[in-house]
Amino acid sequence: MRNLNERAQEAKDKKAAIGPDVDLDTFTAEPVRHDYVHDLKKLPEKDRLRMIQAGIDAAESGRSGTYIQMDTAVVHSHAKQEGLEVIPIKEALKKYEWAREYYWKLVSVDADKYTAAAELHLHDGYVIRALPGTKAVWPVQACLYLDKDNISQYVHNMIIAEEGSELHVITGCATSPNLKRGLHVGISEFFVKKNAKLSFTMIHHWAEEVMVRPRSVGIVEEGGLFLNNYICMKPVKSLQMYPTTHLVGKGAVARFYSILVGSPGSEMDVGGRILLKAEDTRAEIIARAITNGGKIINRGDLVGEVAGVKAHLECKGLILNGGIIHAIPELQGKVDGVEMSHEAAVGKIAQEEIMYLMSRGLSEEEATSTIVRGFLSVDIPGLPPQLKAEIDRAVDLSSKDVM
Amino acid sequence: MLLIEDLQVKLGEREVLRHIDLQINAGETHILFGPNGSGKTSLLMTIMGYPQYRVTAGKITFKGVDITNAPINERAKLGIGMSYQRPPTVHGLKTKQMVQICSSGRAVDIEGMAARMNFTDFLERDINAGFSGGEIKRSELLQLMAQKPDLLLFDEPESGVDLENISLIGTTISKLLQRDFQMEPGKTQVQRKRERTKMGLIITHTGFILDYVTADKGQVLFNGVLSCSNNPTDIFNCIKVMGYEECVKCAI
Repeated sequence: MRNLNERAQEAKDKKAAIGPDVDLDTFTAEPVRHDYVHDLKKLPEKDRLRMIQAGIDAAESGRSGTYIQMDTAVVHSHAKQEGLEVIPIKEALKKYEWAREYYWKLVSVDADKYTAAAELHLHDGYVIRALPGTKAVWPVQACLYLDKDNISQYVHNMIIAEEGSELHVITGCATSPNLKRGLHVGISEFFVKKNAKLSFTMIHHWAEEVMVRPRSVGIVEEGGLFLNNYICMKPVKSLQMYPTTHLVGKGAVARFYSILVGSPGSEMDVGGRILLKAEDTRAEIIARAITNGGKIINRGDLVGEVAGVKAHLECKGLILNGGIIHAIPELQGKVDGVEMSHEAAVGKIAQEEIMYLMSRGLSEEEATSTIVRGFLSVDIPGLPPQLKAEIDRAVDLSSKDVM
Repeated sequence: MLLIEDLQVKLGEREVLRHIDLQINAGETHILFGPNGSGKTSLLMTIMGYPQYRVTAGKITFKGVDITNAPINERAKLGIGMSYQRPPTVHGLKTKQMVQICSSGRAVDIEGMAARMNFTDFLERDINAGFSGGEIKRSELLQLMAQKPDLLLFDEPESGVDLENISLIGTTISKLLQRDFQMEPGKTQVQRKRERTKMGLIITHTGFILDYVTADKGQVLFNGVLSCSNNPTDIFNCIKVMGYEECVKCAI
């Protein structure tokens, strides 16, 4: 195989299959210096507040470890629990032979110009690994922060849940209050080994002129469980991603949940694809989208390749105050005996529901926000209570803005 | 007191209620009879304030306040509450949260009330999602127990309820309307009756509810017109034997 750098060079002008094209040259990829912070409480308050909104707690209460990267620099990286590793990817690639085994294993470096640029400009990223049998008590938190105006941040993350382990990760992406424009490209590769359980919760908290191009692929082995939650309720200029997961071992399960809110001027193109490649695998994709003036394209694709697999896709959209929701659910059954279904709905809040709540004493406004809150609340089985609380908090914070 | 004077209501272009006069005094419960499509639900929805039921003439007064054009939530705040026949599902809103909403900030023992309504298992389920007819009725009553309205509107509270639960529904409604009999220290049953304040308007098709709830008056609604006002059991028996059309002739 030719080396990664060569392949990246060749793909550096290759446009992505979907999503508006981003001119990478209008951003600066020059490394920015930020000092390493041993004590997270020493982070500037304005940044800490922004991080909290993305689920990152500088006090580290109820966390098993922390990784924080500002622009291109790692400012903190450590694990609190034995059996867990939180390492900057550049360090991991230098020090550990095993890290190379995973690097660009699932995402193709030459998939498009964004993957190529992530190889050519690599600004670090995290490697989070749970050693075999390790059960994380608390979630590990990771924050990818944009501070310098007009920066382009290229990160590469790898999460490895070794055999029989249990790992929960909350990733918050946020921008400093003074940043107006920026680009975030994040490569993520997830490895869920035999009988391991991984939950990955990503909360995006961008700004109005930020472009975001995550590229992520996961693989789940026999008996493994991968929960992938995504929440983006704040304005963003353009977000396009299509995370993909391969279920390759018997009984592997993947569940994707996403909550999107499109504000005026925002364009989100978010998908989810799960390929069911082994017997008894199961997959579920559940998406909730609300727009009050933004454009949301919500894709979902389930591919059943073996008999007996079960998969369901649910995609619901609510248009509150203008905007567009385009739901594109897809099912591909490639053999006899697959059981796959989808339901998609785009609509408005039913007057009947508003009036029902009003007859119980709520004002029209309170009734509407109660219905919106209900619409956005999805039960995610298997999520630890702290993460459930983080998601609820993010939804609460943002559903107020929606109204 | 609820006072309805010469009320006329249109739903879309169709006139659904004509020249309705109705007075329910504090402490009174009335039963509303009428064939399908006669306007019974329309009358309840109009009292509750659903805007698609357009009042074209007449007046509704509750507790001395003209509520003819008041929004639904203001009527709820004044003390009007309704038990719906087919309420909508609100996804993501748990029954428990809904009961909380009904209590509007008052401390209520939701678990205790749910246990009494045989409804504990439903508290964590989305309100009305997949509920059977009988479950809906129990959920509606649970909400009214928390809401504590002074005027209670029941739209066919016994429809779809199985035999096992019909007495639970019946006795609960009776309690909500202060029509149950029980020992209260220092009070005779006559006194309790005299001190009743709750008002009720109950739509019934089957009349089963009359086995559990005493009522002061029966009203028959026929083709959008309130045609008869009499002892509820008399009316029910007349309808059973003669049918609605014959029964309302007493008034015409």
